[in-house]
Amino acid sequence: MSGILVIGEQRRGELRPITLELIGAAQRLRRDGVEVAVAIFASEPAQFTAALSIAGVDEIVTVAMDTPEFDPDGFESAAGALIEARRPEVVLVAHSVDSFGFAAALAAKHGFGFATDVFKLDRIDGELVATRGGYGQKLSVEVDFPGRSTVLLALRGSSFKTPEGSAAPRIGAFAAPRATSRSVGKEFFELSSADDVDMTSAEFILTVGRGIGEEAKVAQFSELADAIGATLGCSRPIADAGWLPKSRQVGQSGKTATACKLYIAMGVSGAIQHLAGMKHVNTIVAVNSDAGASIFGVATYGIVGDIFEISEELRRHF
Amino acid sequence: MKILVAVKQVAALDEDFEIRSDGRAIDPEFLVRDLNEWDDFSLEEAVKIKEAAGGSVEVLAVSVGPEEVDESLRKCLAKGADRAVRIWDPAVEGSDPVAIARILAAVTRREAPDLLFAGVQSSDQAFAATGIATAGLLGWPHAAVVSKLSFAPGAKTALFRRELEGGLLHEVEIQVPAVLTIQAGINTPRYASLRSIKQAAAKPIELFGLADLGLTAADVGEAGSLSRIRRIYVPEKGRAQLIEGSAAEQARRLAAIIREFQGAAV
Repeated sequence: MSGILVIGEQRRGELRPITLELIGAAQRLRRDGVEVAVAIFASEPAQFTAALSIAGVDEIVTVAMDTPEFDPDGFESAAGALIEARRPEVVLVAHSVDSFGFAAALAAKHGFGFATDVFKLDRIDGELVATRGGYGQKLSVEVDFPGRSTVLLALRGSSFKTPEGSAAPRIGAFAAPRATSRSVGKEFFELSSADDVDMTSAEFILTVGRGIGEEAKVAQFSELADAIGATLGCSRPIADAGWLPKSRQVGQSGKTATACKLYIAMGVSGAIQHLAGMKHVNTIVAVNSDAGASIFGVATYGIVGDIFEISEELRRHF
Repeated sequence: MKILVAVKQVAALDEDFEIRSDGRAIDPEFLVRDLNEWDDFSLEEAVKIKEAAGGSVEVLAVSVGPEEVDESLRKCLAKGADRAVRIWDPAVEGSDPVAIARILAAVTRREAPDLLFAGVQSSDQAFAATGIATAGLLGWPHAAVVSKLSFAPGAKTALFRRELEGGLLHEVEIQVPAVLTIQAGINTPRYASLRSIKQAAAKPIELFGLADLGLTAADVGEAGSLSRIRRIYVPEKGRAQLIEGSAAEQARRLAAIIREFQGAAV
């Protein structure tokens, strides 16, 4: 059998937006006569069918789970049974924390072709080719899956277009075999901090990254941010080191610079997780001594130079 | 009680690198090697559990790779690992994360630890897959992106928080033995002292081949992988418009961009 299966992602009763991007990717891959099915795993999966009735979806498959939230054992067992039952040629999941927790185990157990963090999909001479990054996005790596009849791909967020328009797909239920779960999900916690800054509402952000080198240098950039009227943000290593509170971290596991219009990144190399939180910003200025830093790939303006020198010079203007 | 920590020696690109003539890898001459950043945190987490228990916990660092990987394993010994194991066979060349996971699963069966730690991802290839693939092959409970962990040696479960997108944390309790992938920032990795570096240099690194683990060449390399690299290439440069000139000139232009934003915002 053929077909493309998208495994949607929900958390705490809300469909995660990347699900729509997966559907967009499935549309790109579909060939004549190939159907796109979207599966959603939840304790009450029917609540998501309206949100999933979008153009390009032929079928919605609801999979009722014992637990409302992600559980690795339950997901692996249900997804494995669903894939074995339908034998799709491609299965698309998000390259997300939930998928990190089950996709590789599923692929390894079943022998599916497998690649993660995929940002481009093609068919070359009829063969599926996935492109991912390597060496801090300095290289692109094309992979294929010789001899694999089912290929499981985890797709990078903000890489595939969300489809427009609605549709009326068929809706069916898949009864997954019961799995014995060996972990128990408990509470959710929001990142909390004494620092009450809200990165999501800041319109002008000055972010510092690993390039600042030492904690003592934070003060200089904090003062600069105040002088130019920017909110001071940071990349992951700075928050991990405790030099700035986690609430100021921009990126996948930190905050998204939702309202930001001007973003200045100083000494930020541009890890893909950081870019996820800021690459949409209209005007991005990157200052970095490494001309090859991947931050320049998303920046509007680039300054190759010493961040300390540039910041001291900049300070004179304010 | 034993904790196995799977570590990887990662590679970064030299400033002027060259792609190998077959177009599928970097010429190794242009790679700068180091212990994966995430693995520094997972090793520290294991050593912390050992120290809190006051002995009776063995921390075993395991890595797959050729002789040069010994350098990274010595770093682990210097930072508190009790033993180091390296697995290599030329057939391992070209392995994807799942082929590496087959080797790690075989070592894990042999060593029977209570916990297996791996970094969330590697800084060079960033699959975020090896640890969880190993768990799948072992059939062990597993969790990814652990940013806080409470575990007392001998306990039947471990309590942890996994770090989700957007600053959300999820508390989970898991049965042991288990595989956990450890997130950067979970702790503050120590620096190795000069004395411990010297001591580590004298410690043996145990070397296993495939046969020692009951594996064959068909389990690893391209044959044991779920993907194959077709080609690698340097992507087209991004759209950044470079601001040239002296630092003073560059800063003047940046100031103008800020003024323009401030003008528009008023």
